[in-house]
Amino acid sequence: MALNFITKVLVANRGEIACRVMKTARRLGVSTVAVYSEADRNSLHVSMADHAFYIGKAPSAESYLNKSRIIDIAKSNGVQAIHPGYGFLSENAEFARMCNENGIIFIGPPASAILAMGSKSESKKIMIKAGVPVVPGYHEDSQEVEKLKQEADKIGYPVLIKAVMGGGGKGMKLVNNPNEFYEQLESAKREALKSFGDDRVIMEKYITSPRHIEFQVFADTHGNAVHLFERDCSVQRRHQKVIEEAPSMIDEEKRKDMGDKATQAALAVGYQGAGTVEFIFDEDTQKFYFMEMNTRLQVEHPVTEMITGLDLVEWQFKIASGLPLPKTQSEIKRRGHAVEARIYAENPANSFLPTSGKLLYLQTPKPSDQVRIDTGVVQGDDISVYYDPLIAKLIVWGENRDQALNIMHHSLNDYHVCGLPTNIEFLRTLCQHKNFRNYKFNTNFIPLHQKELLSFPSASNRDLAMASVCLLIKEQAIADETAEKLQRKSSPWYKLHDFRVNYEETRNVSLISDKEHKVAIKPTKSGFDVNVAKHQFNVKGKLIGNNTYELETEKGIETWRVLQNEEDLWVINSEGSVFVLKIKQEEMGEIKAQESSISHVIAPIPGKIIKIIGKEGEEAKENSVLIVIESMKMEHSIKVPRNATIKKVHKKEGDFVKAKEVIVSFE
Amino acid sequence: MIRKLFRSHGFLSQVIESSVNPASSEFLDNQSQFLRLRQELLSKIEKVKLGGGHNSTERHKSRGKLIPRDRVNALIDKGSPFLELSQLAAYDMYGEDVPSAGIITGIGRIQDQQCIIVCNDATVKGGTYYPTTVKKHLRAQEIALENGLPCIYIVDSGGANLPRQDEVFPDKEHFGRIFYNQAKLSSAGIPQISIVCGSCTAGGAYVPAMSDENVIVNGNGTIFLGGPPLVKAATGEIVSAEDLGGTTLHCTTSGLTDHFAKNEAHALQLARDIIKNLRSQENKVEEEVEEPLYSIEDLAGIVAVDGKKPFDIREVIARIVDGSRFHEFKKGYGTTLVTGFAKLYGMNIGIVANNGILFSESSLKGSHFIQLCDQRRIPLFFLQNITGFMVGQQYEAEGIAKHGAKMVNAVATSTVPKITLLLGASYGAGNYGMCGRAYGPRFLYMWPSAKISVMGGTQAANVLAEVNANKGKWSKEEENEFKDKIIAKYDKEGSAYYSTARLWDDGVIDPFQTRQILGLSLFATLNKEAEKTSHAVFRM
Repeated sequence: MALNFITKVLVANRGEIACRVMKTARRLGVSTVAVYSEADRNSLHVSMADHAFYIGKAPSAESYLNKSRIIDIAKSNGVQAIHPGYGFLSENAEFARMCNENGIIFIGPPASAILAMGSKSESKKIMIKAGVPVVPGYHEDSQEVEKLKQEADKIGYPVLIKAVMGGGGKGMKLVNNPNEFYEQLESAKREALKSFGDDRVIMEKYITSPRHIEFQVFADTHGNAVHLFERDCSVQRRHQKVIEEAPSMIDEEKRKDMGDKATQAALAVGYQGAGTVEFIFDEDTQKFYFMEMNTRLQVEHPVTEMITGLDLVEWQFKIASGLPLPKTQSEIKRRGHAVEARIYAENPANSFLPTSGKLLYLQTPKPSDQVRIDTGVVQGDDISVYYDPLIAKLIVWGENRDQALNIMHHSLNDYHVCGLPTNIEFLRTLCQHKNFRNYKFNTNFIPLHQKELLSFPSASNRDLAMASVCLLIKEQAIADETAEKLQRKSSPWYKLHDFRVNYEETRNVSLISDKEHKVAIKPTKSGFDVNVAKHQFNVKGKLIGNNTYELETEKGIETWRVLQNEEDLWVINSEGSVFVLKIKQEEMGEIKAQESSISHVIAPIPGKIIKIIGKEGEEAKENSVLIVIESMKMEHSIKVPRNATIKKVHKKEGDFVKAKEVIVSFE
Repeated sequence: MIRKLFRSHGFLSQVIESSVNPASSEFLDNQSQFLRLRQELLSKIEKVKLGGGHNSTERHKSRGKLIPRDRVNALIDKGSPFLELSQLAAYDMYGEDVPSAGIITGIGRIQDQQCIIVCNDATVKGGTYYPTTVKKHLRAQEIALENGLPCIYIVDSGGANLPRQDEVFPDKEHFGRIFYNQAKLSSAGIPQISIVCGSCTAGGAYVPAMSDENVIVNGNGTIFLGGPPLVKAATGEIVSAEDLGGTTLHCTTSGLTDHFAKNEAHALQLARDIIKNLRSQENKVEEEVEEPLYSIEDLAGIVAVDGKKPFDIREVIARIVDGSRFHEFKKGYGTTLVTGFAKLYGMNIGIVANNGILFSESSLKGSHFIQLCDQRRIPLFFLQNITGFMVGQQYEAEGIAKHGAKMVNAVATSTVPKITLLLGASYGAGNYGMCGRAYGPRFLYMWPSAKISVMGGTQAANVLAEVNANKGKWSKEEENEFKDKIIAKYDKEGSAYYSTARLWDDGVIDPFQTRQILGLSLFATLNKEAEKTSHAVFRM
């Protein structure tokens, strides 16, 4: 164990967490080393670091998971410690061991603690021994099917089957009644085998009204452990957290009880550093059960920082340097309420499938004491298919929950992303949901209220009118710019937009949302008369920079954001709603090669190609499965659009594809 | 050097003080008449914009063709102005409707280069060339030559209008002149580009053939000297139009066409790509532009359309030029002609404007000012509202003909770009001195209220009655009947529509667009540097 404070740290991660760790490192005078993959060459975390090293190709297995490469870089650059962030190698016992063997501090718990907590059955056994309550379940080694069935019957349905090595929802299946058991068991085992190379499962009672309450704990190398209160992470979709807040609604007595149990749990495994003890809290019975312990810094750690005023990464550095815990339990205070929303590149309307693409436009709310944005991207960056599609975390603080949520809603209104679908609109709706506001929710909140939460407004006639006006204003701005560049600023050939002798030219724009909308725009002396589906709008406006427009109507002056990316038109209306419209081809002026959509099969979503059925020269039959793509945890089948001969297969199995990439072409 | 000096921001002329009273009965009277005339013009334009009408347009579209106006819109830069010329050519001339003479001509900005566009309208009589069609096409080429503008021909025409072959084929300024001009223009370094969207038969084949570079649309575009029926009649050979002169043949075998386009939209895009490689010549102009201080719509109440009531032409100038600023030249001398300097979209211009009948002094003043501008290379604008030179013994004696001749001479020999607007009367020698069509203005436009003839109708009637052999035998009624006939004839033939139908001008324009149209035209002239004159400025 080092006796001096760490002076040089390698951050074996990317994105917002790498940036976040480096921020504290810099404040503490610790010099930083970043590693990056092919895809991240121009990333923010690379430019933030004092030194950055290339570690391999884009897929994480060849870069951020390349243990020996990272250790080599650390060794040859005088790095004393490695901070693994979250994900990637953060809970990899082997990596922790390798660091140790090479004389590098792994900023995290010892390998033994990671191993103990990494196994569901193992961790539960330890917890039972330490007096921490666990959910009734089966955690034995025997995987004999009939034995499992008997145990499930004993626990009582509904029963949750989980992979022993599982995490993040993989290999997790719910059995509602005995009839479903065998089918779900088989499915869970298949997924577990595929994901972890280990098909062993455990089973637990499924709590119907559960809340996810987790405690932030810290333990030092001197045998002390404290907790930094709890976080409620009940709002989840697909078993992944969306909104996290601190504190939860539990009373002080419960808080003390749970907090004590959490520190006991940490001490039971000889824990060191930052960890999170997750509990299921049964709303009906007010009982809590140990679920698992995460042996890393959590994504949602900022909410704890906001209510305690402590820097958790600083604590990690101190503990890793061998210093005792900076505060005792009684010295740790909390104040107010903090909420975090995870801003993802994903499409809530399409089962929250991750999306990828360029951040054409990125505008965040203004950071302040109460508003914090943790991000690893800037406008113009790509959200690639290779990694987690997290764009940023938006964390707000208020004196109480209500105030915090108001600030959150307001901040989300000011958070604008164009270029790829995000969950911002969804988060805004969620923040305003009555049950959420009234604290009436559990982990089933999103699936239960899916309909209200996922009903997004489509572009109104007014939206279409305003977007079209912005298009024309942009066109005029480009003409003005050209005139200036060509030193023809005063020329009426640039000043008189769309001038026609003896008549006024009407410009027609066709925008496609759910259907095609025709917008007719007539320039007037001071602005535009716009006609959409017999609705008339009189709009004045100007471009005020970075694709932002100030439009004036009878409703006053509003700020709109409109971006064109090829035929896509991204519109953020004055209320902050984002729409993507398509500009009909003829209106583009430029002529695209006329590709019939059915001569190519394109990837509908980004992901990894699992299978391509058919070879070049073979006949493909309409509606038969042609390609299988895996994206996040789901497999997507793409069918043959028409009977045709396969002309070319552009990709091979195992390749990553971006959305709209051509995979197969037909004759 | 001098020109540079005049362009500097420091040069600010005096602002014209308007003395118009929009509440006066005179203003309101004028206004109702003026607006009626304007509305008449706009309605006529709405009609000719429809081309050959609904049925032929639908037939045209069903062949995968764009309507001519959409072709033009797709060709020019997004948002570019289109300075369309002679929209009412052939109006009321042939006993049948030939809207815009079946051809759209005008200037548009393509890839930041002003170009002349000549686009056949096949929805009008198959795009065949009537006598006025030929004239309009030739005029467009003339403008191209004078102003150095590349020519884009969008070809979709059945060729010469056969029933009228004697009026379109044999003479100097007939069909053949189009190709002659193409050769001359090309040799003068003015690019000739054609886009073949339809058939080019016989003479029509020479438009693409004489072009520097051309594009043909697959399927619709054909080029041949003799079409399948003629070939069959002449040699007995039976051949399809496509095999005889289709896209593939000309792009791969004959080499008559250069670029193969999949469809019209593609063809227009290819043409834009071609133009992208041409050198742009428009002068650099970086002035901040002040808009006029007064509303152009006041003109309705200022200008008396019957031509009898006088109005101050400065009120018109104040509504056209930048910041309503006008630096008047020789204000107190020859007051029936107003001359002076102003700016239009930041460019210095000289204005010669009638403010009454022309006398000896006003002619001398005009001559002096024209020479001055020519010397300084400042483009000239003529605002015509002229019933003629003064007549009578006193004036002949002081040599008004001689002085008028000086003005005609100055106009004829000056080489700076000249642009003429007829806003009221344009009679007799006044038309010459004020740079009428015969004096080669780069552009000449008329307001709907303009009248053009050798003299006013009443005047002509009186003169003709006076010189008539039978005059002595007429009763008062007979004399009036004689005169009324003459007046009616002059009224008809002197109207702006009669003029524009025959291409005596480049279009009847909406007076409220005067500033814009004059501005666009002025800047179109900047593409070519005019020859320098070699005379001193005579103080006359």
